[in-house]
Order: sequence, then structure tokens, then C-alpha cells
Amino acid sequence: MMASSQTDTRPCIELRGVTKVYGTGQAAMAALRGIDLDIEEGDFVAVMGPSGSGKSTCLNILGCLDTPTTGTYRFKGVEVSGLDRDQRARLRRFYLGFVFQGYNLLSRTSALENVELPLIYRRVHARQRRAEARRAIEMVGLTGWESHAPSELSGGQQQRVAIARAIVTGPAVLMADEPTGNLDTARSHEIMELLVDLNRREGITIVMVTHEQDMAAYAKRIVHFVDGLVESDKRNGSPA
Amino acid sequence: MLWDTIHLALREIRRNVLRSFLTILGIVIGVASVITMVTLGGGATVQVTQQIASLGSNLLMVTPGKRMGPGLAPSAPPFRVRDAEAIAREIRSVVAVAPISMQSATAIVGNENWSTSVVGTDNQYFKIRNWSMKAGRPFSDSELHAGASVCVLGDTVRQKLFGGLDPLGSRVRLGKMSFQVIGLLEPKGQSSMGTDQDDLVVLPLRTLQRRISGNQYVSLIQVSIRDGESTEKAQRDIERLLRERRHISPNMDDNFSVMDMKEITKMLTGTTTVLTGLLGAVAAVSLLVGGIGIMNIMLVSVTERTREIGTRLAIGALEREVLTQFLVESVVLSSSGGLFGILLGLLACLGLKNALRVPFVFNPTIVIIAFLFSAAVGVIFGYFPALKAARLDPIEALRHE
Repeated sequence: MMASSQTDTRPCIELRGVTKVYGTGQAAMAALRGIDLDIEEGDFVAVMGPSGSGKSTCLNILGCLDTPTTGTYRFKGVEVSGLDRDQRARLRRFYLGFVFQGYNLLSRTSALENVELPLIYRRVHARQRRAEARRAIEMVGLTGWESHAPSELSGGQQQRVAIARAIVTGPAVLMADEPTGNLDTARSHEIMELLVDLNRREGITIVMVTHEQDMAAYAKRIVHFVDGLVESDKRNGSPA
Repeated sequence: MLWDTIHLALREIRRNVLRSFLTILGIVIGVASVITMVTLGGGATVQVTQQIASLGSNLLMVTPGKRMGPGLAPSAPPFRVRDAEAIAREIRSVVAVAPISMQSATAIVGNENWSTSVVGTDNQYFKIRNWSMKAGRPFSDSELHAGASVCVLGDTVRQKLFGGLDPLGSRVRLGKMSFQVIGLLEPKGQSSMGTDQDDLVVLPLRTLQRRISGNQYVSLIQVSIRDGESTEKAQRDIERLLRERRHISPNMDDNFSVMDMKEITKMLTGTTTVLTGLLGAVAAVSLLVGGIGIMNIMLVSVTERTREIGTRLAIGALEREVLTQFLVESVVLSSSGGLFGILLGLLACLGLKNALRVPFVFNPTIVIIAFLFSAAVGVIFGYFPALKAARLDPIEALRHE
């Protein structure tokens, strides 16, 4: 099961000696203190750790929202740590999908239009956009709810819309930051099952930050952060 | 993409209808006042021009002194009848020349008296002014020559002095002398200056000079140029002739002026232009204030939508695209203010045209300029908020609230 997803010779994501320091001089604070991390294509990685351990900083760097202070980040073999703002935006647009704890859907905008948003930035034509957005909504099991605004949907449904928005472009990697943080237990498990399903059936690589052991248990691999360093990196024996 | 952006902007604006409306109110008022002022001003100009053109576009006014206006410049000697005769004789393109001398006087008939202006001239005057007789006849050659005690009445004077009675053959007293009424003029109504053109008594020039003013002066010469002839050339010819007759050496300025209707129109509409300019400045200030209002509300909007901006940036929007989105939004706001302002202004003109008795003249140029200006206000005042949005750090923005 694990071996089957490690067919590529090069990992999709390679971090080497990545540090991130906020502030300068006396006030300088190291969030990451030298991370080496490889993520293979098709993997499902849960990043865990106490707050302040650097897991969110690491996800921001992986998601090209932030740049490392030192060290290298290769994405699909390409060095991306030196890219400027717009280059990183283009990389996110074409290769990455994001799911946030707070869903971050546009209010008073229908589910379908929310899902269409990344396609607008990809200059996809309206008709094709609509069709692709419908397919993504179907994949997250929300067919029939396309015209509802976020305020008319439950938390779980909103997160499904957010996931549909993240996968509508067929990204190489899905970055999920505490995707179940705002949901009750039953809803959380549904979302995790959806992510596992997407990982298994669509082959989408997923990197998920969570602090809940239950949710991390769904991943194929769990990376533990403590104090800006990788403390442990284990394969999950029995994926759910 | 641009259509999507405009669509998005319209939706954002609809989301806060009242707020958007209040935001653009400054622009609406500014644009509406510009449109109203310029359209009414344009209408007034057209009206004046038309009335002057009805006098004949080939009319020249020759007056002593540098400008047309009340009174003579001290250094400017008045004309004589000989000057008018010389113009008629020497300038080939001239059709008619009327020497005119004016005076105000009280006209008395029985117990009725009426203060009016007395015009001394000849029959050419009626021809130049395109004025026909309602009853009676113009002056005969012998009356003109001899300075006979005859007069032609304007319609207002007839009404005031005679009411419903037929004045032909009656006598009207002006000062110490009395004059027989031989003709009545067609009513002409108000002039563009708002004066009653029918409030006058016309005498033969010689009669006025001998019996009322007691001098040989001619205060104004009206010249009519043949159709198809250049008024500019006639103007130059008359100037040359009069300089010669008045012995003006080449290095001295004219002590008279020859104006065509264009110049007179320009002079009359000059005040309108100044007024329009001033009101335009007021309107520009209100556009500025409106622009500041837009900037304020766009800054509020950027703060309110920080998370949305963060989401868009994370999804892969470029700085430029976020900038465009907010810029389009402020331009759509301000230019819809412009559109409403244009409509309001035009409606105000239609409403006021009867009250002010000014014709409605649609001026497409000012409408386009007003629209472009309002759009420009959106660009100028929306740029800073849009830049603020585009420069947001996506991580910070996502974490906002």
C-alpha cells in the first residue's frame, strides 16, 4: 500500500536544512531550526506538534506562502525558495490547493462560484469552469447544494466546499491547515474520510497540519514537530 | 477576466446598496451640477446667438470709442451723417447703412406719458433690422431730408399712449415739440439682453438732431453686408476708410470699433462663460470631496475583506489581479455616480428650461467629459486602497479576525 505510491524516483517535495527566523537581532525568534523533509507523490502526511512547534510555519513554506530564511525547498525538483511573490502565486495557482481551518469561503457567494474561483485565476472559460466546478462538488458529495451560500451550509458542508475549491484545479499537493479544527467529532471523521478517499482514488498528495491524534491517524505518515525540529517521522501502520 | 472582475465589483456594490449610494452621492451631485450648468449655459448662448443671428449675421456695428457700451470714450469724436454716407458710397459689399442717434425722452399724448428712447435714423434702419410696418408707412424722402415732425411708434409705446385707439395721424409730444404718427412697427418682443425692443419712437435722423438733441452727432452706424460677401473684409475696409476720414496716423489705435455679430455674441456670452467657469470650479471641488468619500469607503472595504483577499492570494491571485479587482470596484462606483449625475443633470435641465426660458441644448462633449472625469476620480482615489489590498501578506490576511 505504501510502496505503491513511491514509484517516482524524486520526491515531490524536498526540504533541506530549512530554517525560518522571525524578527532580527535581540528579538529574533527561530520558528524552524533546520528541517529536512521529503514528501513523495501520492503520500498523505499529517504534521503534528504542540503550538509554537513550527508546524504551521512549515506548512506555509511548503504552500509557498512564505519563504525559508535559509535552506532549500525543491518542489518537483525545482528550487522554489528564491521565487518572488508573483512567481510563488503562479506556483500556488497551478500546483497547490489550500484548505483552511476557518473554511475561508467567500460569503454571500454560492458554493459553485466559490469552487470556480481558482479557475477564474487560471483563465478557464465560464462554461468549462462551471462544468469542472460541478465535478469537484460531486467529488466532495455536495451535488444539489451548488447554489447555496456558505451561510446556508453546515460547517462540514462548508469545509467540503472548501475542499472542492482546493481540488478543482487538480493540484499536485493539497495543503490542509487544521481542516477539522472547527468541526464536531462526527463531521471531522467525515472530512477525514473524504480526504483519504481523494488521496486514494485521485492520487492527490496531501499535507495536513493537525493537533488531533484521531485525525492524524487517517494519514499514511505522521511527522512530529517539537521546537522547530522534526522529532519523529513515522509511517502509519494501519491506515483507516 | 475583466468581465468577471466587473461582475464581481457590481456584486460587491449591490451587497451594500445604501453604503454605495451614499458613497457616490458626492460624485452624483458634482457631475449633475456640471451638466446642469454647462447645458443651461450652452442653451443661453445658443439663445443669444440665435437672437443676434435673427438680426442678420451680415450686420456690422460701427461705434465711436474702443468698445461697444454705454457712453463714449472722452477722446472719441462721434460720427456724422457724412461718415455713414461715405461707408455706403465707398464700400462695395454694403447693402444698407443706417446712421443712428439715440436719446431718451418722455412721450406725451393727452394725459398719458411714457418714458422711452427716441431713435433718429432713416428707412435703412427698418431694412437692416428686418422690421416691417404693422400700419402706416415709413418716412418719405422729403420728410427725411427736411427733418419733418413725423414719427413711427414701437408697439409698446403705442399701447402705453394710445391703448386700443388708432394712433395714425395723431400727434405725440416729445419734449417741447410734437410729432405726427405716420407708422406703427410690428412687435418684436424682448431682446436677448432682456430689453423691450418695442419700447421706442423712431424719427428721421435730421429731425432728432435739429429738434431734440441739438447737435449733428451720430452715435452708431449699422451696416448690412451683402449675402455671400466676407464680413471680415468689409470690416477691414470700413476700418481703413474711417481711419482715413478721422485722420488717425498709422501708429495710433482706432478711436472707433467695427464689430460683427460674432464679436458681439462673444461679448454678450463672455459673462456666461466666466460664470460657467466658476461653477465648474465648484463642481470640481465636489468631485474631489466625492473622490475622498470613495477612497474612505474602499479602505473600509479592504479592511472588511482582508480574509477574502488572503484567500484569493493563497489560491494564486497575483498582486496585480487583486489591485485590478479593487480598482475596478472603485471605478465602477465612481462612474455609476457619474452616470446618475449625468441623468440627474439632464433631468434638472429639462425641468428648468421652462422656468428659466432657456432652450435645452444637449451637449454630448460635456457628458462624455463628465463621465470620464468621474471614472478618473475612481482610478485616482481607488488606487491607494487597492494597492493596500494587493500588498497584503497572505498569511497575515488569512489569519485576520
